Amino acid sequence: MLTRRELMAASAAVLASSREALASEAGLVALPDKKPLIARSFRPPNFETPLADLRQPFTRNDAFFVRYHLPVIPEIDTSDWTLAIAGPGTERELTLSLRDLRRDFERVAIPAVNQCSGNRRGLFVPRVPGVQWEHGAMGHALWGGVRLADVLRRAGVRPDAVEVVFECADAGVLPQTPVYVKSLPIDRAVAESTLIAFEMNGKPLPHLHGAPARLVVPGWTATYWMKHLRTIRVVQQPFDGFWMKNAYRLPLGAFPGARFPSQDDASTTPITEILVNSIITSPAEGNRLRRSKPAEVRGWAWDGGSGIAAVDISVDRGQSWQPAKLDAEIGPFAWRGFRFRLDTRTAGTLEVMARATGRNGQRQPQALTVNAAGYHHNVPQVVKVEVA
Amino acid sequence: MKHLRLARLFLALCSISATAADETSIVLIDAPDRDFTTAHCAICHSLDYITMNAPVMDRARWRATVQKMIDRFGAPIEAKDVDRLVAYLSQHYVNRE
Ligand code: HEC
Repeated sequence: MLTRRELMAASAAVLASSREALASEAGLVALPDKKPLIARSFRPPNFETPLADLRQPFTRNDAFFVRYHLPVIPEIDTSDWTLAIAGPGTERELTLSLRDLRRDFERVAIPAVNQCSGNRRGLFVPRVPGVQWEHGAMGHALWGGVRLADVLRRAGVRPDAVEVVFECADAGVLPQTPVYVKSLPIDRAVAESTLIAFEMNGKPLPHLHGAPARLVVPGWTATYWMKHLRTIRVVQQPFDGFWMKNAYRLPLGAFPGARFPSQDDASTTPITEILVNSIITSPAEGNRLRRSKPAEVRGWAWDGGSGIAAVDISVDRGQSWQPAKLDAEIGPFAWRGFRFRLDTRTAGTLEVMARATGRNGQRQPQALTVNAAGYHHNVPQVVKVEVA
Repeated sequence: MKHLRLARLFLALCSISATAADETSIVLIDAPDRDFTTAHCAICHSLDYITMNAPVMDRARWRATVQKMIDRFGAPIEAKDVDRLVAYLSQHYVNRE
């Protein structure tokens, strides 16, 4: 049965997610402060970045994909927001304002890919349920903030700490729905690159990207990049919650990547690092190229932080490969540009593919590793173009 | 009846947010039990969760999904109503490829 409180929460949710949504052509819809994006769902808002907006080195804030599990998303007043650092694994509790964070800790900015675990789920064969993302549940931004490690050091982490738990301000319509809470293993939480971020591409973090402050976990999938942070708890026992124990799980041993042993069960393990991947941003599917006119394949390659060692291009659907030229590397968690001059002297169809290899030796696979939730799609795209 | 109350809640929510492209643009296929399904399935999220997943679904997957909404997310759906919801969903929102 619905109480008055639940009804009000539900109304707030609808207002928050569909306020002033504007239609435009091609099924694109603009949320407040966003340019038109591909609408996957309205409430909670799940909006995908069109391929054309992934061409710039840094994905614009207003073009960046939006992903929420739960629809009650309060607009938080930055001036009276505070972040609590607590839990049995700390020596002392802290309450920090945004001003405290800015003033008391060293500032850091890291260029990093933010990619949903289910990016490209909609391209799985056989298909699987969930938000049917194609290529744009990802983006690349410069994330600015402070190191979580520095903040935790001030609170004092006890030696027997196992995980760090992150609680946010967003919630479900009914109190029975588990709120979105996630944890990280202690070693990943205190890694140099894990940030409490309050800036995105040099601007204050926009509302739909987690204002006032969010977690940034470069190299790990976006499920851990908690938005609208409220409380960070250091704990000595594995965190037991729906979004850790029952969601974002992979078959044990099916994929490479960092381990999260305190959350393993007999047959499954949490998703962790991003697998090596690439995207062709041009040409686009179905483009017609003029015969003998210069044309280039361009795109981005990234992995979980080992860095990109090589990108190979095929124009014959993977029968033969040639190396692409790589742009300069700007950081281990950033994406790296690649380019390749196409031979347009003969008319016909080209089936263009890009295949990235990381410095850790891992390479994009030929076949998908099927898994029930549709995570880790990193099979090379095939972009068909006509030379005429 | 409970589902009428839920339907009224849904309509109340819709009237708050009548703009050009918002979730009110998503309406389930007009057939028996459309309103019954809308009333139970639009409480926590918009109905695009249903339409978006249609190409992926069959009857067994709809049954599992409805059960997941109840067991995991606390959907206020009585056991006796599950068959009726699964019947509507698997008649109108399944893979026809
Ligand atoms: C109590 C709240 C609630 C109710 C009521 C509810 N759902 Fe959901 N549903 C959720 C949540 C939470 C998710 C996860 C959303 C996310 O992660 O994006 C979800 C996700 C889904 C998904 C995506 C696939 C999946 O398994 O996560 C489908 C399909 C779906 N719901 C269908 C339905 C249908 C059909 C009904 C009515 C029978 C319904 N829902 C009623 C809360 C609810």
